[in-house]
Amino acid sequence: MSIDELPTRAAGPVSKACGTLREALAHVRSGATVAVGGFGACGTPIALVEALLDLGVDDLHIISNNCGQDGRGLALLLKERRIRKFTGSFPGAAFAEHFARGEVELELVPQGTAAERLRAGGAGVPAFLLATGVDTAYADGGVPVLMDAEGRLVKESEPKQKQEFGGRTYVLEEALRPDVALVHAHLGDEAGNLRFRLTARNFNPLAAMAALHTVAQVETLVPTGSIDPDDIHLPGAFVDRIVIADAPLGDADE
Amino acid sequence: MSESVIARTGRALSREELAARIARDLWPGATVNLGIGIPLLVADHIPADGSIAIHTENGLLGMGRAATGEEIDPDLIGAGKGYTTAVPGASVFDSSISFGMIRSGRLDVTVLGALEVSETGDLANWYVPGGRPGVGGAMDLVSGAREVWVATQHVDRAGTPKLVRQCRYPLTGRGVVTRVYTDLAVFEVRDGRLVLRELAPGVGADEIAAKTEAAFVTDLSG
Repeated sequence: MSIDELPTRAAGPVSKACGTLREALAHVRSGATVAVGGFGACGTPIALVEALLDLGVDDLHIISNNCGQDGRGLALLLKERRIRKFTGSFPGAAFAEHFARGEVELELVPQGTAAERLRAGGAGVPAFLLATGVDTAYADGGVPVLMDAEGRLVKESEPKQKQEFGGRTYVLEEALRPDVALVHAHLGDEAGNLRFRLTARNFNPLAAMAALHTVAQVETLVPTGSIDPDDIHLPGAFVDRIVIADAPLGDADE
Repeated sequence: MSESVIARTGRALSREELAARIARDLWPGATVNLGIGIPLLVADHIPADGSIAIHTENGLLGMGRAATGEEIDPDLIGAGKGYTTAVPGASVFDSSISFGMIRSGRLDVTVLGALEVSETGDLANWYVPGGRPGVGGAMDLVSGAREVWVATQHVDRAGTPKLVRQCRYPLTGRGVVTRVYTDLAVFEVRDGRLVLRELAPGVGADEIAAKTEAAFVTDLSG
């Protein structure tokens, strides 16, 4: 288990607000599986991801649609060799370079399958059937997993378990339960209720629901009760720490 | 037959003309997802009134034209990661709802590019072995959409046919393609067989035969 000392949740209203990124990320340990929201640069929790660099966290298994964009976010973690494995649909150019040098392992997953695996994780569904990828290397095995330092393929994906149901063949998909999720929202309150904006929503609510411990960065943080219940996209029950995106990193000795 | 002896009476469609040709086959009320490349150009040739709804899998139904200048909002992008706009009546949603829409049959058409299409409607478009691995939403789209239309050049830059007997590249989906629009012709996949349905203006059936590796039958009736 890569998370220790998880706090016991207090009964009743309690502020989950943190003054620094360091405080918000206090429970993220090296070796953790971390789901990161965002699609490209849109809705990506850049401040939280880049703070992981300063906090010295490494050996990470990242679950995200892309592995960094324009040299920012996860691309920086890749460059600093902090990522052991990436799960997602479109890792991108920066990832491809490090992958070709054997520095990082890949679990390639169709985008909608990745979304549903996160959703299942957050919905208490351990496994489910999807037709996506049947009769392809995704289901039958052979997708690149790991290269060596010389760029030779040393490991390919194994065939997945399939199941007939109602006369059609499906892939048995497993829920994702990451240790931690890092997400970005437009608006949040101290109870962790979140509201997203436009296409910055993407994987953020799914990552938050799937993880055992969720840290949200928000553009605006308001007191609990300031957001109309009808305007909340993700209930605070799925959020453990909330911090303003431009908060300082904070000192190590605080 | 070698390339040099093919009589070229016709002219291949430009990318824009190909996109316009595809747009002609869409209908009011259709929900359509457009892939990167020629497919995305189809958006420039459909009515601006939102009667054809463009779905972008990162979470927008009712995508408008590309955003420029002060319209640019970093929170509003398409699946190709370019800044976009939303038409009146558009909606936004998370990725599981977006792909739920695709898998549950709400998406009428997906228009995608191709590396290869086989004579039985197999599609390869996600990976060139040794290249950058990345699948995005391609497998989800071809598995879930009601119609899978491929928009592609008829041959690649080296002149090699893209309509082949069997795909050599890894498959995105088996038997999923329903139509192929190239710069030279339009094909349908009917009962697992490729059917030539239309020739680009001035293009002859002999040119199609010479530039197509896949077996196909011809039915140019209306």
